Amino acid sequence: MKLRTSALATATALGLALTGMAWAEPVEDTLTIETDDGQITMVTTAPAPAHLSDVMDTIYSGWHFRDAETRAMQMDDFDNPGMVFVDRGLDAWNAALGKNGESCAGCHQSPESMAGLRAVVPRVDEKTGKLMLMEDYINSCVTERMGLEAWGMTSKSMKDMLALISFQSRGMTVNVATDGAAAPYWEKGREIYYTRYGQLELACANCHEDNYGNYIRSDHLSQGQINGFPVYRLKNAGILSAQQRLIGCVRDTRAETFKAGSDELKALELYVASRGNGLSVEGVSVRN
Amino acid sequence: MAKDVKPRVKVPKSAAVGEVITLKTLISHPMESGQRKNADGSLIPRSIINRFTCELNGVMVIDVTLEPAVSTNPYIEFEARVDAAGDFKFTWYDDDGSVYEDVKPIVIA
Ligand code: HEC
Ligand code: HEC
Repeated sequence: MKLRTSALATATALGLALTGMAWAEPVEDTLTIETDDGQITMVTTAPAPAHLSDVMDTIYSGWHFRDAETRAMQMDDFDNPGMVFVDRGLDAWNAALGKNGESCAGCHQSPESMAGLRAVVPRVDEKTGKLMLMEDYINSCVTERMGLEAWGMTSKSMKDMLALISFQSRGMTVNVATDGAAAPYWEKGREIYYTRYGQLELACANCHEDNYGNYIRSDHLSQGQINGFPVYRLKNAGILSAQQRLIGCVRDTRAETFKAGSDELKALELYVASRGNGLSVEGVSVRN
Repeated sequence: MAKDVKPRVKVPKSAAVGEVITLKTLISHPMESGQRKNADGSLIPRSIINRFTCELNGVMVIDVTLEPAVSTNPYIEFEARVDAAGDFKFTWYDDDGSVYEDVKPIVIA
């Protein structure tokens, strides 16, 4: 009972003006990563995309809101535990997993052929007119081209592959389309973003737009960007996909959540990705 | 028994004679402590990496005993003095009898 009372009190505090709450600037720091092929520097702070011009000037990667130790883990690929999952994804990529021995590598050659994809997905597939997450692309090959059962949206195999494919676009600029065929999905995602859910009656925007920089239960609230996904979460000692993070955040409002891969969360992932247009793809990043 | 085990090591490519270099190693492993229980109340059997060694040209650099309290994906960082070019050999010993190895060369700059 006590817990519930304090959580509701938090909800009220967040709903109203946050006077007297701790606030801290996103940490000023530069994300230069030691990789096997030398250093790469990420764009972690950028002018907000035009569609956000009424609500913010600057977008920040979630990296700026983590503590020094967590930030440092992402600055050297060796220290980034997420790379283990990239390696695992690579093993799966090369393995003859298909019903007739097909492998991803057999058709796509090296995973580098996927460079650039993470930066523009979710996107509407030209042929089918459907909104596609990276997971949907992977599963279309797994089922239609390899004769296998679809991989679970949040399964280990799926997340290892997400890690491997995202990694190929590291350092490229997020630039998902919001217009044309994407427009109706984007609008739907936007609506979800500003809708209050759950017993706490909180919208994504209440936390990640109105209150980024504030502390919530000793966690430094970021803008809720997904340019760093999938992320290695220290809390779970494992990989977390953007779909899982969205589910977690809806659940934290004490709402019945949407399912991974549902129309709602696909639209939401597109919209959230578009709020980060201009930042570098960082996946696999490290979070607490 | 343990699945998805993958060792990784980072060793500088070269060193001066007598130089002390830093080596970093990480192995993906669940490190199941043997203390936890399943939903049905039965004990989840222990499954950990119990020993890690590093040798340089056959000479032991470090020999570590790991205990069940060591967390998932053990990361071990240590230093070694390089007196001659050769090979670093890294070995992890699993409770289930598996042995994982990696070898990295070092040259004298
Ligand atoms: C039998 C050949 C084949 C196999 C095996 C295969 N793919 Fe594909 N994949 C394709 C084709 C063909 C396309 C569609 C390309 C296009 O439309 O331009 C595609 C598209 C994709 C795309 C979208 C790429 C883009 O640029 O739009 C991804 C991601 C992908 N595959 C991942 C995988 C993964 C991961 C595996 C292994 C689990 C895999 N594929 C196995 C043939 C294959
Ligand atoms: C009660 C406040 C709250 C609400 C409402 C909320 N979140 Fe979050 N969210 C958090 C906290 C706390 C974290 C972890 C710290 C951080 O990165 O901001 C987080 C993290 C995230 C992250 C990970 C950012 C990163 O860089 O790792 C994303 C993405 C995200 N939220 C999206 C959303 C979306 C989309 C919604 C709406 C469905 C939402 N959040 C609703 C509190 C909230």
